[in-house]
Amino acid sequence: MDKKEYWNLTLAMLRTGLLGYGGGPATIPLFKHEAVDRYGWMEDSEFAEVLAIANTLPGPIATKLAAYLGYQRRGALGAVLAVACHILPTCIAIIALFSFISVFSSSSIISGMIAAVVPVVCVMLAIMAFEFGNKAIKGLGYLLGFGLLLLAFILLYVVHLHPAIVIVIFLLYGAFHFSLLGKIAAKKKRKRGLDS
Amino acid sequence: MKEWLELLYGFFVANVLGYGGGPASIPLLHREIVTNYDWLNNAEFANMLALGNALPGPIATKIAAYVGYDVSGWFGAFIAIFATVFPSAAALIILLNIMKHYRQSTVVKGMTLLVQPVIAILMLVLTWDNITESVNHIGINQFVGIAVVSLALMTIKKIKIHPAFIIVLAFIYGAIFLS
Repeated sequence: MDKKEYWNLTLAMLRTGLLGYGGGPATIPLFKHEAVDRYGWMEDSEFAEVLAIANTLPGPIATKLAAYLGYQRRGALGAVLAVACHILPTCIAIIALFSFISVFSSSSIISGMIAAVVPVVCVMLAIMAFEFGNKAIKGLGYLLGFGLLLLAFILLYVVHLHPAIVIVIFLLYGAFHFSLLGKIAAKKKRKRGLDS
Repeated sequence: MKEWLELLYGFFVANVLGYGGGPASIPLLHREIVTNYDWLNNAEFANMLALGNALPGPIATKIAAYVGYDVSGWFGAFIAIFATVFPSAAALIILLNIMKHYRQSTVVKGMTLLVQPVIAILMLVLTWDNITESVNHIGINQFVGIAVVSLALMTIKKIKIHPAFIIVLAFIYGAIFLS
């Protein structure tokens, strides 16, 4: 039984690591599939809760989930096993690929290949930038969304503050954002109540 | 020894500030890897990102593995991955054990939301830097051609080719026409 649990954990984490494309956040549905649907390690609602708390912490999301699932099943050893199975195959693959490429990096064919891939990376980055911006505008509304994008740009590239400082400033405001909105809405309601 | 500490610190800082998963820390990783410690130059970073995106799995750990290995071999890779994974994973396990019945609060929602515009701007400027470098290197026509085709392949619903294939296609194109 014990062995089987380790084995299931290994398989689940290998699958989530190898089938998820587009970085950690893209693999969240795969984690849910393994943990809730396939192995029944937790209920749907518990997974949602774990995910919500995982999102409150900084750092890559996939490894946080892998570590927690492993810990929940088999303690600290389970956590190490789960993270290792989730990330090692692709970590080794990228090192191997690069060692292979750098051997040939002096050839003009390889430098041509590399030059051609930079525009593709630009498109990928631009799409990600668009997605983050889109989330900001959807969540904050057009006025505040564009305003804060502009403010972030000014603080980062006109005032030249360190990104860490800008992030902390925005996080601090973010902690109060919704309660502030609530207060404003309540005030408006009260005003409207008085008017009528 | 100094390199190990730098890897530990650089990857810890970049990942711990990346709020919202691995992709959010890409601009921060760029800052540590290219600007602060000069482990890779801009072009090398872009290539690594391309290959990293072509492979499955989380992006942050792939970047850590490669840069760590490049700087200081297998042990360097281990240190960089450790600095990327351990702090946030340990924090999650501890936090979940402390507050088992905690629900998603508005404080957390607000923080997750407010970090988006900052990351968007950092990502946008990183994109712009890569665009200017690439245009200088291969010319505006080549750049626009490759970018438009890959944008179409990535975003048009009916086509939507896997990113790995687009990168392979770009490699083939570059080997033939840009060498």
